[in-house]
Amino acid sequence: MRELFNTILQRAFAPFRRRQLEADLEAELASHVAMAVEFNQRTGMSAAEARREALRSFGGVEQVKESYRDQRGLPMIESAFRDVRFGLRMLRRSPGFSIIAILCLTAGIGANAVVFSWIEGILFRPYPAVAHQERLMAVTGTVRGGSDPDYISWPDFLDLQKNCRQLDAFFVTKITGTTLSVGERAESVTGSIVSANYFDAIGVHPILGRGFEPGEDAGRNAHPVVVISYQLWQRRFKGDREIVGKTQRLSGMLHTIVGVAPEGFYGTFVGWAMQFWVPASMEEVFEEGGYKLEDRGARWIESYVRLKPGVTRGQAQEEISASAKRLEAAYPATNRGRGVKLWPLWQTPFNNAHTLLPTFEIMLAVVVFVLLIACANVGNLLLVRSLARRREMTVRLAIGAGRRRLVKQLFTEGLILSTFGAVGGLVVAYWCRGALVLLFPARGGVSMYLPNQIDWRVLGLSAGVCLVATLLLGLVPALQTLKIDLAGALKAESAGVVGSRGTAWFRSGLVLVQVSLSFVLLVGTGLLLQSLQKIRTASPGFSSRSVLHTAVALVSAGYDAQRALTFEDELITRVKALPGVESAVFARSTPMSFGSFSSTPIAVDGYQPAPDEQPTVEYNEVGPDYFLTMGIPVVSGREFTSADDEKAALVAVVNETMVARYWSGKNPIGERLQVKGRWMRVVGIAKDAKYESVREPSKPFFYVPLRQNFSVGASLNVRTQLPPGAMAAALTREVQALDPGLAIYEVITLQEQVDRSTSAQMVAVTLVGVLGGMALLLAAIGLYGVMSCAVSESSRELGLRMALGADASNLLRLVISRGLALTVGGVLLGAVVALGLTRSMGNLLYDVSPRDPLAFGAALATMIIVSLAACFVPAWRATRTDPARILRD
Amino acid sequence: MPTAKAEVLQGTLDLLVLKTLDSMGPMHGFGIALRIQQVSEDLLKLNQGTLYPALLRLEQRRWISTKWGVSENNRKAKYYSLTRAGRKQLEEEAESWARMSAMINRVLETS
Repeated sequence: MRELFNTILQRAFAPFRRRQLEADLEAELASHVAMAVEFNQRTGMSAAEARREALRSFGGVEQVKESYRDQRGLPMIESAFRDVRFGLRMLRRSPGFSIIAILCLTAGIGANAVVFSWIEGILFRPYPAVAHQERLMAVTGTVRGGSDPDYISWPDFLDLQKNCRQLDAFFVTKITGTTLSVGERAESVTGSIVSANYFDAIGVHPILGRGFEPGEDAGRNAHPVVVISYQLWQRRFKGDREIVGKTQRLSGMLHTIVGVAPEGFYGTFVGWAMQFWVPASMEEVFEEGGYKLEDRGARWIESYVRLKPGVTRGQAQEEISASAKRLEAAYPATNRGRGVKLWPLWQTPFNNAHTLLPTFEIMLAVVVFVLLIACANVGNLLLVRSLARRREMTVRLAIGAGRRRLVKQLFTEGLILSTFGAVGGLVVAYWCRGALVLLFPARGGVSMYLPNQIDWRVLGLSAGVCLVATLLLGLVPALQTLKIDLAGALKAESAGVVGSRGTAWFRSGLVLVQVSLSFVLLVGTGLLLQSLQKIRTASPGFSSRSVLHTAVALVSAGYDAQRALTFEDELITRVKALPGVESAVFARSTPMSFGSFSSTPIAVDGYQPAPDEQPTVEYNEVGPDYFLTMGIPVVSGREFTSADDEKAALVAVVNETMVARYWSGKNPIGERLQVKGRWMRVVGIAKDAKYESVREPSKPFFYVPLRQNFSVGASLNVRTQLPPGAMAAALTREVQALDPGLAIYEVITLQEQVDRSTSAQMVAVTLVGVLGGMALLLAAIGLYGVMSCAVSESSRELGLRMALGADASNLLRLVISRGLALTVGGVLLGAVVALGLTRSMGNLLYDVSPRDPLAFGAALATMIIVSLAACFVPAWRATRTDPARILRD
Repeated sequence: MPTAKAEVLQGTLDLLVLKTLDSMGPMHGFGIALRIQQVSEDLLKLNQGTLYPALLRLEQRRWISTKWGVSENNRKAKYYSLTRAGRKQLEEEAESWARMSAMINRVLETS
């Protein structure tokens, strides 16, 4: 063992002392020969004879030196070094080829690295500051028979938390927001309502002050304390080291700042940067819908668990389901049909991981396509060059190089190229790592944060991609080399006919693959574009273009329900008096805003639920003339009026799907509906609309009057033909006339609101479009390369044809038709692949068939045009062939 | 005249070199080659050059050490000498060679 170690050690260092060792060897061998000559002379030989005999008995000096060198160093590594040096020299010698090849690979590997880093950062490791996030799971409630995950109630959370032995931690974090005024300036900030164990559970320790203490999440409004983010501390409090203990008004209540979170911690919500954290005891101050900590029926929290090491999701799920079953038995009124489900982080249903997931799935496929196309391109270039280098290879073979040695050389060149490509790709990835944020529209100045990391996993994956690329790249020329027939190749190259040779066939195959892959991407882009178009033009069921929306920060300003209702009535009267305003109404929630509508268990006279079914329907609380303002037709009965107030009988308006579902389609007007234990009469039927997403299927929904339900409605909708800009100033004026301390949010059309809700589609279209364009360009380069090469190789044939009377247009047709044949072949292949693949895009497509003929047709047309363009230059060059010169050569 | 010269078996060359250095003390390459040829009475067909990679191999394993010196004829030469590890190795190899040849002899005699 020691000998082996010594040997390796000495051999490994040998290359660095080469000059010295060579001199030593030279001296030693010379001395040997000299001594042998002397010895021979002493036995009586002549000087010349002695020398000849000495050399004969020594054997071949050069061979001895060579085998001595092999023994001295590590020949494999040394020859690898030589290959690299030689490869670099070859690349320098043809800079055009090298630059194109490296750019192609940079594009291919870069696209992969970028998408890997996004996926890694957003789906798999979204919370870099959080301890052991690989064991973190999101938790939601489930409704039996329903497919949408639901929130969990606070009492349920406390009970579940008590009974979990498989978990390290179970904590709550619910996104919320408020208006923050420090000094003169007010702004919207995003924050989290958390359980007291939050900071300990995620292993994040405030850099100043403390996190929350046990018990601070209990008691109605009992603990007005807040931890602020590092950014907020720096930006709004100028990094004040004495901040802890100071107070700040949040949502109308003075909070004591007890801690500052560390830099680089953005909370635990994919998409938004959290600016503050308050304990759950303060929930009523920040959340609509009153005090919920003791209400098992009020489901509002988002939560996470961290599994103990070695526990699988299945085991934890089993335990938590058992707990949920016990709760169901103990509290049938609120928990019937309710379960709890654990989700891996990348499927978290209540943040942007969920909205981006389908986009990323597509992106992953797309970047692999781009990489394949790039590799095919570079492989093609290498192949063309290997033909040019055929003579070099042949000569090297002829003077005794082993074929293995040549193949190694070619693979080394491939590796050099892909290494350059990988480095370039990582630089691109580094630049683009934050680019995803750019694709999301800014919303009311709230800071958007999408995690992104380039860590060793991304580096590792990119290295893997690079390795695969190398193998693909080196393979083709290497195979080519193995096929070299020495005797044949040393003779002059024989002239070929367009596309008739074996390698030309292979290269055409590569182009065929490229064309088909980019065709698939074009089809995908087309489908997504159409789908986006459909989404953007689809009717959401209300008049989105002539209704402006804003919100008044009543809750943050500390209004209670009574005061809020009075304020709203006064404001509505003032707004309706504004010129250009047709009507205006307050509502609790805004359509198409994230997770906006609450759901509630209901009971309906005459509807018999299945044994373990708990009918649950989403609803909104709205003011008088809501349907008129929003443009939602009331198909039967009446809409709410100002007479539907606290003193009047309780009423509700239901939508058509709800009528079909719970009254079997019979007219429900005058029938009773029970919501939260209160019976109300149905007075109207509204047409179905879209509530949370344009893509959602129609679902049951109902409306109740704000005044009869005492929540603080913050969403103001104004029907007008005036643009938002004109309205904003007037609205601000009216609001501040009533209360100078109130601020309004951004004024936008509801259509803008709808558009923002489709940002995931927008992102998908943009990204697939960009990459599709890139793929198309790469494929065009490939096609161009192959056609140019075919033309220059078959110049003899072209010359002959010209000499025999073919004119320019004949040749043009010949070359272009061959290029088009390749394109059509690729498109056919691509169409087959596309038909198989686009079905998996179902998640992102809206109202567009995956086999949409328009998308396929447009992709075909684009492909044909691009390939005509790519073939034209080589074809034109073919017509410039000079037959006299060609035939002479 | 013997009918054929024996090819040096791979590995036996190491043994021969070690043994030569053991009995003759520090020597240069030519001396070792000469000595092996003389002792084997020219029965071994040895290209003297092949000795050098073998010497390097032994040196890399630290069985022999080298030093530049001056030959009896005042010529600069590289001298090889046996190290302690080399002596141990020689003993082991000589012993295993003896066992091996005894066994082969026995086989040849009995059959």
